[in-house]
Amino acid sequence: MSDLFAARSQMAMSLAFHIIFAAVGIAMPVMMVIAEGMWLRSREEVYLTLAKQWAKGTAILFAVGAVSGTVLSFELGLLWPEFMRYAGAIIGMPFSLEGFAFFLEAIFLGIYLYGWKRVSPRAHWWAGVVVAVSGMISGVFVVTANAWMNTPAGFEIIDGKPANIQPIAAMLNPAALHQVIHMTIAAYAAVGFAVAAIHAFMLRRDAQNAFHRRAFAIAFSLGAFMAVLQPLSGDFLARQVFHYQPAKLAAMEGQFTTESHAPLHIGGWPDEKSGTISHDLEIPDGLSLLVYHKTSGEIKGLNAFPRDQWPPVAVVHLSFDIMVGCGMAMMLTGLLGAWLAFRKKNPCDQRWFLLLAILTGPLGFVAIETGWTVTEVGRQPWIIYGIMRTANAVTPMPHLIVPFVSFTLLYVFLGFVVIFLLKRQVFQSPKSFREERRTP
Amino acid sequence: MIPLADLVGFVMIAALVLYALGAGADFGGGVWDWFASGPRAQRQRDLISQAIGPIWEANHVWLILVVVLLFVAFPPVFAAMSIALHIPLAVMLVGIVLRGSAFVFRSHDVQTDDVQRRWSRLFAVGSIVAPVMLGVCTGAVASGSIRVDRETGVVQSNFISQWLQPFPFAIGFWTLALFAFLAAVYLTNETADNELREDFRRRALAAGFTVAFFALVSFILAERGAPLIRSGLSREWWSMPFQIATGLISVGALAAVGLRRYRLARILAMAQIAAIIGGWGLAQFPYLIGPDLTFANSAAPERVLRDLTIALAVGALLLFPSLWYLFRIFKSPAKMGN
Repeated sequence: MSDLFAARSQMAMSLAFHIIFAAVGIAMPVMMVIAEGMWLRSREEVYLTLAKQWAKGTAILFAVGAVSGTVLSFELGLLWPEFMRYAGAIIGMPFSLEGFAFFLEAIFLGIYLYGWKRVSPRAHWWAGVVVAVSGMISGVFVVTANAWMNTPAGFEIIDGKPANIQPIAAMLNPAALHQVIHMTIAAYAAVGFAVAAIHAFMLRRDAQNAFHRRAFAIAFSLGAFMAVLQPLSGDFLARQVFHYQPAKLAAMEGQFTTESHAPLHIGGWPDEKSGTISHDLEIPDGLSLLVYHKTSGEIKGLNAFPRDQWPPVAVVHLSFDIMVGCGMAMMLTGLLGAWLAFRKKNPCDQRWFLLLAILTGPLGFVAIETGWTVTEVGRQPWIIYGIMRTANAVTPMPHLIVPFVSFTLLYVFLGFVVIFLLKRQVFQSPKSFREERRTP
Repeated sequence: MIPLADLVGFVMIAALVLYALGAGADFGGGVWDWFASGPRAQRQRDLISQAIGPIWEANHVWLILVVVLLFVAFPPVFAAMSIALHIPLAVMLVGIVLRGSAFVFRSHDVQTDDVQRRWSRLFAVGSIVAPVMLGVCTGAVASGSIRVDRETGVVQSNFISQWLQPFPFAIGFWTLALFAFLAAVYLTNETADNELREDFRRRALAAGFTVAFFALVSFILAERGAPLIRSGLSREWWSMPFQIATGLISVGALAAVGLRRYRLARILAMAQIAAIIGGWGLAQFPYLIGPDLTFANSAAPERVLRDLTIALAVGALLLFPSLWYLFRIFKSPAKMGN
């Protein structure tokens, strides 16, 4: 394993691990605040129990997210010192602001988790609101920094060095808004679906448990609403990628040749050597339609770019299709749930729907991981798109396989413990809350 | 007017002081978890958990702020440190990860003794490794052994000999002892239980003498290990009085513990940490990584520093009232000891 590949693997592994906890840190507080808010309004004990139960899970996940995020902030330098030497001053603004957002999140989470008896119920709820808002904002800032790597802005290059740096313009780079919307919605959708799936699983064993019914309703509503919005933001983002990173878009779509009636390739295996894609489902004019919103429109294929500027096509294309597939399945499940509710049928009473919710539960996180792969691998071979190659950013430190393997083992261990602990908590379902059976 | 780069440098030192006063004591709590013993071992552990539970994550963010300020305001310094100190930094991160996760795992896992003991061990190991490595990195930076080509930014490093030296490790153990001392002094203030207070008083005294020992060792080793710092500490007219004051504060903190003047001890211990870190900052100045990288030759452009300063000012307006609120809820005397 080359040192460059080990460094990339370690970064990918660290991000793939952290992003799960980061998404949880963004979305769980919203659900806790909803549950606690329902308790404040209705004084139904079940909502308070729910908020507390969710808070326990969040405490574990947030701590692991905080420490794995710390690792990442150091890894920027440990693995990519040349990137940081070049870009640190340019992308510092979002990171500095993120520091403060994360501060507020950590402070008010402390108050939320440990302050049940120390502050008034209303103050406690507001602490939760601050956690939810600052968690979201902190994700927003980090994503703008990543967007800068895709669409670098806010500086000029003079003699190969950055000059005239404008930190705010760098933060508000062209991809920032698009990526921020897509990632934030993804976090809510993924966590909503995953939590709903857990409660759906419990409901299939214990259908009248009011605790799980309320939990399912809140989590699924949030997830479904976001899953229905997500394709719109995906369209917004993909067309932005088409303008700013055409090679990435071509790789995402497995498009090798430049065409004005470009078809949409769904699935299949793109072969970089022959420059063709096989075993795919082809929809005529599909890609042109998606990009231009009409059947004709030129799409640059990968062949229009020098070979050494291609990202790994197969990984990017398949990741992209998996992400889209997951998103579609979640959207349809969300719509189905909405339709059931509209027909006055409680989704909690439909065993088949609960099964569907369980099956779609992990898809949001699959979509986050594959979507992140599209963003990052699709940007290769660049670390700063069009400006600095990843290979030129890596540390001179040898034997990088050692930290890669060490941190991987550490994270695998943490992952198992987290799953084990959450599982123990999930199966402690409060039995005292019964739903009165309505007339069938 | 002072240059913006110096101002950011001052903020970084202040953030490091706050990190040491908060997170340092949390790490120290982990040390005392390791040494929890006697008939009150479980009560000692409970007091430690209670003390750090609500605040450790907030305290931890100071470190992230320092790292961010370093790479925004002084990118070549961050790059050079990350290259030369890759190994101790990575080990420190493992410590940080283990400390934080084992701490929450312990409070959410089954409460049987063997399970709890396992997480306690991991929590304590993380709490010991992280500060030692933090001190090693600080010592390596202070030692002036990291050489950087000012033109190309290339770091002349074999990744090991810059930090695997007696001086950085002396600083590492000194850091650990300081954090343990600070934690024990805090804990004497955070319980109404007289027996527990006596337990932590004895621990504070032991840690205090260890601090003095490693301070002496570091001072002796600095002659060969960190000549730049030694000369920095003896260059200016104020440096002798400053060092004497630091020494007096340290002795005073220890004496206050001995005399059971716990609130005074807490104030003095905090002042001691601030004086040591502040003194290090002053002795380093104007070098960030001596003798090659200075504030002047490694700072980001003026525009970046200006925007950063504005962001810091706005952020501080949100941060300090929130921190005050957090500590008022969990650390005000009226709420202690229940």
